[in-house]
Amino acid sequence: MKSKTTGIVLENHEIAKGIYQMKLAVGDTAKEAKVGQFINLYLPRRDLLLPRPISISQISIGEGTFKLVYGVVGKGTKELSKMKEKEGIPFMGPLGNGFKVDEGVKNHILIGGGIGVPPLLQLASELKGNISVYLGFREEPFLVEEFKKYSNQVLIATEDGSYGAKGDVIKLLDENPPEGEMVYSCGPKPMLKAVADWSRAVDINAQLSMEERMACGIGACLVCTCKIKDEGLMKWQNKRVCKDGPVFLRDEVVWND
Amino acid sequence: MIKPDLSVNIAGVQLKNPVMTASGTFGSGREYGEYLDLNQLGAVVTKGVANIPWKGNDGVRVAEVYGGVLNSVGLQNPGIDEFIKKDIPFLRQYDTKIIVNIAGRTLEDYCQVVEALSHEDIDMLELNISCPNVKEGGVAFGTNPQMVHQVTSEVKRRAKQPLIVKLSPNVTDIVEIAKAAEAAGADALSLINTLLGMAIDIRKRKPILGNVVGGLSGPAIKPVALRMVYQVARSVKVPIIGMGGIMSGEDAVEFLLAGATGVAVGTANFVNPAATTSVIKGIEDYLIDQKESSVNNLIGKLK
Repeated sequence: MKSKTTGIVLENHEIAKGIYQMKLAVGDTAKEAKVGQFINLYLPRRDLLLPRPISISQISIGEGTFKLVYGVVGKGTKELSKMKEKEGIPFMGPLGNGFKVDEGVKNHILIGGGIGVPPLLQLASELKGNISVYLGFREEPFLVEEFKKYSNQVLIATEDGSYGAKGDVIKLLDENPPEGEMVYSCGPKPMLKAVADWSRAVDINAQLSMEERMACGIGACLVCTCKIKDEGLMKWQNKRVCKDGPVFLRDEVVWND
Repeated sequence: MIKPDLSVNIAGVQLKNPVMTASGTFGSGREYGEYLDLNQLGAVVTKGVANIPWKGNDGVRVAEVYGGVLNSVGLQNPGIDEFIKKDIPFLRQYDTKIIVNIAGRTLEDYCQVVEALSHEDIDMLELNISCPNVKEGGVAFGTNPQMVHQVTSEVKRRAKQPLIVKLSPNVTDIVEIAKAAEAAGADALSLINTLLGMAIDIRKRKPILGNVVGGLSGPAIKPVALRMVYQVARSVKVPIIGMGGIMSGEDAVEFLLAGATGVAVGTANFVNPAATTSVIKGIEDYLIDQKESSVNNLIGKLK
């Protein structure tokens, strides 16, 4: 039987404004993790009932650790940011379905936005062949140096132009068109929609990692849905981001108008 | 020490223990089967199912609040045909009772589901006239005593299995509603469904939920649920399944003492997927500690 287990916080510090990196000792659980999966973290504060789903940014099987990079966006992530070294935190997972890596693909395009950037780092470390990385941030970027270990083409855009190009990743893509056979993207929904449109226009297939508020994290409660095309009479159905995703193929996603 | 007897009888159905899952928090058990042995449960109460597939509500469907969770799923379900094909055979592999929660927009919807289930191998029906997240049907049937009477008696007439009616707390007088359901032939009552609530994102100045309002569950609602179970238990003869914020065996014992014969665990499943098993263990521990031989010695035994 699977169950909640306790991870030990090895480090937990701010790496950019409002962005934290937590290294968690998880033992043999690290062996089960696949790129693009997430874990549920259960908070010490008992009035915050729901687990926080956080994507795995780096997996170390040798160390038995996960690195998690998260933004402080509410009460729960604020609590997480206060956790100290050696403290234990219950977690469950890895959960969900990650990115599919096709050995036949030689040129990869990674497109990340804000807090959607972290899971792409593990992907960059696992992909074989040529990797182009396009990252968009509101202001202060993070994990850029780590990406440079795996790619000699890491391009950055910030909304205020304080780092890299001014604007968003789509502008960056238009101005520096990449060559490749597969796009892997994670970020806020409007960015993913723009990535879907852009990749279709340049005729490159894409895998998109969707984000949604979750409750159970295991596919039972049906709160984290994404509209997915369906051959049947319904035209589309609500699939579960936590269990059927979070990664979906571009051409199966139905976007809200 | 002799193990205390946990079994209870609800409307002629013998459950190995009083603990079941609250509809909508447990699917049909498939996902939870990886985290607990479903054979341990008194019953699995399935997610509400309608006559045809429902897509549920658009937009954000969940918001966390102090000690509780708001949801506006809107009864997304695959429809009764798919349910019968996939979920009943799945659950039948386990030694637990199957209680099917029935959703509808109209009286005819409810009746169609009940008729489709008439020859199925399930143990009980739970009539959902209390979902706050759908515009038609749902709670519209559950907040007016005449409507409760009408829908309960029409469904009861067609039902081949014992009928539980699930009540909404969003009413002025829960006792009046409970009596109407009992008079119309309900074999048992379950209460409470979620309390209608709301949460606002002050930065966007917008409601968090896509549906604006949603159903509040979790420990935040337990005192309300307990009070309603207590009031209803003193006013009807049919057995009651109590639910609302049960997180532990101690919480469950409170409901039993207030008059519930069974209890359901809902939101706690999101906090710990094996929460039901810890509730069962907690009830057993309490009985041992109190030197009680049977859980039946607790039901309605509030001094």
